[in-house]
Amino acid sequence: MNLLLLLDMVVAGRADDVAVQVGDERLTAGELLAGAWSAAEHVAGASALAYVGTNGLAFPVGLFAAAAAGVPFVPLNYRLSEDQLHDLLTPLGDTLVVARGDVAAALAARGHRVLDAARFVATARAGGGAGEVPADGEGAAVLLYTSGTTAAPKAAVLRHRHLTSYVIGTVEFGAAGPDEAVLVSVPPYHVAGLANLLSNLYLGRRIVYLAQFDAPAWVAAVRGEGITNAMVVPTMLARICEVLDDDGVGLPSLRALSYGGARTPAAVLQRVMALLPDVELTNAYGLTETSSTIAVLGPDDHRAARDGDPAATARLSSAGRVLPTVEVEVRGPLGETLPAGEPGEIWVRGEQVSGEYAGREAPLDAEGWFPTRDRGLLDADGYLFIEGRTDDTIIRGGENIAPAEIEEVLMQHPGVAQCAVVGVPDDVWGQRIAAVVVPRPGATVDAAELQAFARRSLRGSKAPELVTFAASLPFTETGKLLRRVVQADLIAAS
Amino acid sequence: MKLRPGQKLHSAVCDAQVVVVKAPSGAVEVGCGGAPLLEDGQQPEGGAALDPSLGDGPLLGKRYADDDLGLELLCTRAGTGALTVDGRPLLVKGAKPLPSSD
Repeated sequence: MNLLLLLDMVVAGRADDVAVQVGDERLTAGELLAGAWSAAEHVAGASALAYVGTNGLAFPVGLFAAAAAGVPFVPLNYRLSEDQLHDLLTPLGDTLVVARGDVAAALAARGHRVLDAARFVATARAGGGAGEVPADGEGAAVLLYTSGTTAAPKAAVLRHRHLTSYVIGTVEFGAAGPDEAVLVSVPPYHVAGLANLLSNLYLGRRIVYLAQFDAPAWVAAVRGEGITNAMVVPTMLARICEVLDDDGVGLPSLRALSYGGARTPAAVLQRVMALLPDVELTNAYGLTETSSTIAVLGPDDHRAARDGDPAATARLSSAGRVLPTVEVEVRGPLGETLPAGEPGEIWVRGEQVSGEYAGREAPLDAEGWFPTRDRGLLDADGYLFIEGRTDDTIIRGGENIAPAEIEEVLMQHPGVAQCAVVGVPDDVWGQRIAAVVVPRPGATVDAAELQAFARRSLRGSKAPELVTFAASLPFTETGKLLRRVVQADLIAAS
Repeated sequence: MKLRPGQKLHSAVCDAQVVVVKAPSGAVEVGCGGAPLLEDGQQPEGGAALDPSLGDGPLLGKRYADDDLGLELLCTRAGTGALTVDGRPLLVKGAKPLPSSD
């Protein structure tokens, strides 16, 4: 099935409803479809359509124009340098790059075929395009670079059939009420941005974009636009709490808030639950390679935790239950399937799972299972707990140690604002545990105190042997800690 | 007809269009309003008339399935003729109460 079919169905159902909006600029579903066909004419002859920019109409138009032209859409991080963009674009071949003026000029000077984003959107606005929805579901719909927290980023290949399976399997067509509106502030080059667009279009929810996330602007947009639904990453959640704490007005129109993309500190989640007691919360876990969400911890689970159920409170740190359309297995080092409660590598299979990378061999096994390289466990009730990336696992004296467990403990110290735990080389133990701590403003903490604090909750072999302090930690824009940078800095300093 | 996922079919007797989401391993006869569903480009033979006794037509965006056969169709255009497989009505799949993660 082709992505254009999803939009075509929306047009059949509600052509004149606003589908996407950025500030005062809007496109109805009918205008988006006609505009995509018109804009596809710019793409003629290109092998891919890349987009370098913030959230704007060029993003939905670009996604569907690429589908209309039968080429993949490649959203790229607009914060990358000209050199980095050049390196990512070069292997794609003859690509049309849609970018805003200054970036477009810089890439044109490097020999790329570029089109100013404003002109691209103007073509779409002029409309009048039409075409037959392609039957093909096999073609690559989107090439999406993974976050690259543990290695150089790779481009995941998401085919039309992966994305349409995800949408059809997880949301009900046209189920949104006429007053529903979603605020999207995750960037367009992240799988959550892609999933948000497709799911909400299919649901029939008006999509309101923030060009880039900014907490006061996000809060103002929720209030000003009567936003009912939103998805954010944990770093955004923390900043939203600060704004709400300061003004005390709340978010009366907001009904549901989902969060994901990285581990959410327990303290942040507790604050959200206290500040927004009437909002339904959902935690989503997924990967770029799985067309986004594969497990959810839903509003009922959050409510039970809020009501003090101890089992539910423990599950707040889980990713919830696996979607009925997806299978998950936890496997040990020999590839054996592990029983409930035992941690190992998470493998996943389903129609939305791609697991394929451009120009590389797919890591799927013979039965179609994809190794996520995430470590975790399934509990007896089917709740999935994520411990972190397998590549981040510290191996000290033969013992596998997940940094997240130690970070959770250190974060409970009142003097700690942020921390990162990594393994550094050790002649005796193979690796030893190092923590880099960002103290809370005004707090005084020292290494010995934090080590003693950690030992009260952790076995001796898991307490950090080295504690250093830093003014800040490196994060991706979507809230993922860049552990390999922390580790490299520590090794360089020692 | 041997179906394949992603295949588009349309009604011979009304406006209904569907796409195959899940296809059974063997050949089946899928119909709408009493006449066989047609593939892209196929024209209805003369004389097909809608049989209203088979039930209501499909609704846009709803999925129609026979779990025993492993057949699932997604309605991409509503129509007035009921969807059938081997002469039996296809049942609408219930909305899944999944929490929205997007």
